[in-house]
Amino acid sequence: MEKTGRSETVREMAGLDEGTPLFAQVAERLAADIADGGLAEGERVPSTNELAAFYRINPATAAKGINVLADEGLLDKRRGIGMFVAAGARAALLARRRAGFTDRYVEPLLTEATRLGIGSDELIALIKECSNEREGVAV
Amino acid sequence: MTPVISVTGLTRRYPGQVALDDVNLTIGTGTITGLLGRNGAGKTTLLRILAGQEFPSAGSVRVFGSPPAENEKVLRRLVLVREDQEYPDFGYPDFKVSRALRAASFCYQNWDAGLASSLLEDFGLRANKAIKSLSRGQRSALGITIGLAARAEVTLFDEPYTGLDAVARQVFYDRLLAEYADFPRTVVLSTHLIDEAAALFENVVLIDRGRVVLDAAADGLRGMVTTVSGPVLAVDSFTKGRPVWERRGLGSQVSVVIVGQISGEDRERARSLGLDLTPLSLQQLVVHTSGRQVGAGSLAGRTSA
Repeated sequence: MEKTGRSETVREMAGLDEGTPLFAQVAERLAADIADGGLAEGERVPSTNELAAFYRINPATAAKGINVLADEGLLDKRRGIGMFVAAGARAALLARRRAGFTDRYVEPLLTEATRLGIGSDELIALIKECSNEREGVAV
Repeated sequence: MTPVISVTGLTRRYPGQVALDDVNLTIGTGTITGLLGRNGAGKTTLLRILAGQEFPSAGSVRVFGSPPAENEKVLRRLVLVREDQEYPDFGYPDFKVSRALRAASFCYQNWDAGLASSLLEDFGLRANKAIKSLSRGQRSALGITIGLAARAEVTLFDEPYTGLDAVARQVFYDRLLAEYADFPRTVVLSTHLIDEAAALFENVVLIDRGRVVLDAAADGLRGMVTTVSGPVLAVDSFTKGRPVWERRGLGSQVSVVIVGQISGEDRERARSLGLDLTPLSLQQLVVHTSGRQVGAGSLAGRTSA
């Protein structure tokens, strides 16, 4: 991590939030990295101490985060070498993310839309409009 | 986990004052513990007793299984860096930083001279500077340098960074983690800069008026206490049946501090009620817990596994 803005607190610098246990956030970030292909299957995962130094957190906390993924079978432990991304980990994580899409994005969207009096037809129209704009930009 | 420090029924009285009142505490080998509490809560007294610099009035203190006071075998494996560390000049008015490091190197069997000079460099402290002419922050930097380079199995820091700016404190945190990775040891760090240091701790111990009011796994405390704010009726409906620490109102809006984990379902419900949920940081939690032994007890009961 760059040594800029060092007057910020440890947690702000690492971009970690206050309300969730750090081990869960470490696990989530590693999982996101695997799902996005940043960490390929078969690749070595950063060690406990590397993660601790990067996020500026207690190594035991970092280890707990790694263990969450290992317990879920997403990482393989190779004795004396470290942890590696397991085969099939990416597909499993993407499937999980897809399953959570409704809860995580659609439900809150509907809640806010209802609060603002936006009906489902209008909402669908808005989504289409945004989507078209994006495609326009992409082309 | 094997405790390297265990304290049972520890009481320390001064004339007209009880500094520590029936303290029970164990600290596991190879952990980093945050020792928190207000000024005068008893943190320094506890650390001094652990370092054998003060005697208990009652109770038992074991470090590496033995009482630390006047115990050479224990004290050679332990270092205490104090807030107002004094460095003896042995009668030499121009006693230098390099001399203080040399003196320290004789005291600690694992002393790493290379580490000491690289820490001095990080802190921008010159080895040929006279101790007498050091600023407050430079004195702290020297204390931290000695504390880390000693590589003592038990390393106690009592508010080690008076006068250090944010950049120098970050150097301390980063070097502490790096050193802990290279040469694992048991660290106890007392601090007022709680939010800054919170993520470094495996455990936190909160002392209030001489008593331990919270002893818990640090990461388990995250998200345990939350401020719920919004319209009175909605807040009341959401917080019903939950332990409440504080309630503040302004017009039709209230802010209530509640204890307990917030589930995904709770979040969804808060969202549909139009409520804001803000988790308390460890520092805010300490402010709320100091002087609230009942609430803190229930919190500790939930979180210390």
